[in-house]
Amino acid sequence: MFTLLKRAFRSGWKSLARDGGLVAANIFIMAMVIAMITSLFIFKDASDFLIEKLQEKVDISVYFKYETAEEDILKVKDEITNIPQVREVEYISKEEAFKRFTEKHQDNTVLMESLSEVGTNPFLASLDIKAFQANQYEAVATFLDDSNFDYLIEKVDYHERKPVIERIFALTSNFNKAGIVFSIILAIVAILVAFNTIRLAIYNSREEIKIQRLVGASNRFIRGPFLVQGAVCGFAAALICLLLFLVLTWGFNSKVEYLFPGLSLFQIFVGNFWLILLIQITAGVGLGMLSSLIAVRRYLRV
Amino acid sequence: MIKFQNITKIYPPNTVALNDVSFEVKPKEFVSLVGRSGAGKTTLLRLLLAEEKPTNGRIFFNNYDFSKIKLEQLPELRRKIGAVFQDYKLLPSKTAYENIAYAMEVVGASDSEIARDVAEVLDIVGLTKKACNFPAQLSGGEKQRVAIARALIHRPEVILADEPTGNLDPYHTLDIIRLLLNINEIGTTVILATHNREVINSLGKRVVTLQDGKIIRDEEKGRFIL
Repeated sequence: MFTLLKRAFRSGWKSLARDGGLVAANIFIMAMVIAMITSLFIFKDASDFLIEKLQEKVDISVYFKYETAEEDILKVKDEITNIPQVREVEYISKEEAFKRFTEKHQDNTVLMESLSEVGTNPFLASLDIKAFQANQYEAVATFLDDSNFDYLIEKVDYHERKPVIERIFALTSNFNKAGIVFSIILAIVAILVAFNTIRLAIYNSREEIKIQRLVGASNRFIRGPFLVQGAVCGFAAALICLLLFLVLTWGFNSKVEYLFPGLSLFQIFVGNFWLILLIQITAGVGLGMLSSLIAVRRYLRV
Repeated sequence: MIKFQNITKIYPPNTVALNDVSFEVKPKEFVSLVGRSGAGKTTLLRLLLAEEKPTNGRIFFNNYDFSKIKLEQLPELRRKIGAVFQDYKLLPSKTAYENIAYAMEVVGASDSEIARDVAEVLDIVGLTKKACNFPAQLSGGEKQRVAIARALIHRPEVILADEPTGNLDPYHTLDIIRLLLNINEIGTTVILATHNREVINSLGKRVVTLQDGKIIRDEEKGRFIL
């Protein structure tokens, strides 16, 4: 067994060294395939981040009557927090609302002057409610409408925001579905390209495989070097891809962050480095060996 | 040892390469197959190497019945046979040394045995200086000698030689025939297919003559008569 392995490695390695051009072409194609798979992984993380950011912006606000005491509002907050569909509830006092408004519009002199004309704090205390999913806002709104603290509530802005909320969630859900379909198609294309490249390379060796059979080589003995070649090509392609992505994510990081604040491709890459390395090596070596195995099989029936 | 029993081989659509051929080869025998091109010599050798299956009839080699042999048993059978092909069938991506060594590698010989025997055989066929050349860098005669070296290196029970002197000059032809005779003397069965009249007439061994896929003559100490 050891001799068989040793000879498979030696013979596989020699063929790689002697057929440099074909090997380089194989590695290039495999690297493209692995790059495609890696991109899918990184874009999945990036799109998840963007979708999450978008969804975070969606909420409904419950405004309380001006005279409602803070402790009553906090009691309501506790009750709302206990609703299973609710992910997060934030209390914004009148003062906080005033502060946020002035901070946001400090450059707008007309607004600021109007506010000072009023003389008092015109803002209402509110609770900002975030649900886990878009379709859960309806249930939260119904709960608020039917609650025993209905008399404290001035208004719930759900009904005004409903169309926007639903559109955003429909969009993100479609985006996710499209992403999955696109990933599957791309992965299939990638696998087929890798398989065909190796199949063509082995097609060139079909006569050689036949001779090996006629000389008395067993199928295991013939397959060994091809598997080694497939694995080495896949491994080399994975390493090239790793380096390529390290450079690309680092190089484009600032530009992407400028377009999508908070989204760092380099961080995604570095944060998932070992997983990406595993995916790349598994994809490269696995694809290389599997394609070789399937491609050689048909010529072994001599 | 080897038995062809009513062998017929028809290539589609209707080319009859062998027609009801029967004969036996005893252990340690030296048999020459002669006949014109297309007489069926190569087909017989291909059948014996299980490269092809007969349309009708049965072939036996030692305990093997070819009609019952499975694909995974073929390597074991072929390791008992050393074949010299008309078109050499050398591995183009391996050097002369590696081509010869390959026949030993497949039988599981150790690296030291391979190094010793390949060097010796290369010396016998006069190709020590061409050991590192690839087949594309060798002449027809040199390729032929590499093929012969590969066929005999693992000491098979039978050597099938299909026109082994076809590309050789008279000097090397004599050498190769002497080599085959020596191998035969130490107990290896040799089946030689050729149209070289002088070679056959000088051997004084059994000659099976084929014509249009049929055996027309089988003589113990035969001559080339066509």
